[in-house]
Amino acid sequence: MTPHDPATAARRQAISVSVATGLYGVSFGALSVAAGLTVPQTMALSLLMFSGGSQFAFIGVVGGGGALGAAVASAALLGARNGLYGAQLTPLLDLPWRWRLPAAHLTIDESTAVATAQPTRAVARTGFWWTGVGVFVLWNVFTLLGALAGDRLGDPRTYGLDAAAGAAFLALVWPRLAGRTAQGVAAAAVVVALGTTPLLPAGVPVLLAAVVAVVVGLVTTGSAPTGPASTGPASTGRATDGASR
Amino acid sequence: MTALWGALLLAGLACLVIKLAGHVLPEHWLAQPRVARVAALVTVALLSALVAVQTATSGSQVVVDARLPALAVAAVALVLRAPFVVVVVLAAATAAGLRLLGMP
Repeated sequence: MTPHDPATAARRQAISVSVATGLYGVSFGALSVAAGLTVPQTMALSLLMFSGGSQFAFIGVVGGGGALGAAVASAALLGARNGLYGAQLTPLLDLPWRWRLPAAHLTIDESTAVATAQPTRAVARTGFWWTGVGVFVLWNVFTLLGALAGDRLGDPRTYGLDAAAGAAFLALVWPRLAGRTAQGVAAAAVVVALGTTPLLPAGVPVLLAAVVAVVVGLVTTGSAPTGPASTGPASTGRATDGASR
Repeated sequence: MTALWGALLLAGLACLVIKLAGHVLPEHWLAQPRVARVAALVTVALLSALVAVQTATSGSQVVVDARLPALAVAAVALVLRAPFVVVVVLAAATAAGLRLLGMP
């Protein structure tokens, strides 16, 4: 193996993305407990849902006193892009059927970004599995640490953890705001969410904002980025979606 | 508590089914540009709405408190390309500090 061996480079990239993404599992764990979930419930989200944006959305709606149905819907809608990632990865990785379920579970922003950045199918597979497994292990380890720490903290407001939740969502959406359409949808979503908060049950204003996006997406033309946000962790070390977890 | 567990497991299952759909459905179903565009914008809308609700609402009221300046600090950190953990910690520290000074 030379230093320029693409498989070695893919593994290195996978490890650095895994560490950067795994670390902010701490914030998810702490925020989840602050939102009122138990440590086992927090771990169940990281192990079973394993998609950062969906997980943060679920605890955000539950913590805000929203209906459980709205929490489920928000999490599922934010997971929709993972389905599109799968469609990109299937021809790229060309996996046997028995590997498709584990591959699907590990299909998130980060593993897709690393896999699609590789020069050959063999190296793409290396990048996908190393990133997927690496993020999965570290995300869960750090979720547990954050949840255990959050459990001992007491009132989350004293530590500004309620403000951390908004910051976490801002960091998740940040790399996706390139382009006028995305910025316009983001602004409209804020207006709709805040404008309907006094009128509708908690959790519903967020879902209503998604309706705006569907309408805009259907009536506008031109192509939106289909891959993970291009300024994602693979290039900057910034997490796009733990969100995808 | 049981209801929360049920919702949690249902949401986890839904997310896995969506991921699996991408790996087993014929590609062309999901390869339409319109599908990709709507999915990308839905993600932006949901995350943006969550930023607003988490920062500026309390129950059914729109409020301004220490979370708003904390979000501004987070935005500055993002402009400076700070890593996720740093962004979140800076926001938390800002809100905690402002509350020590008496801001709600």
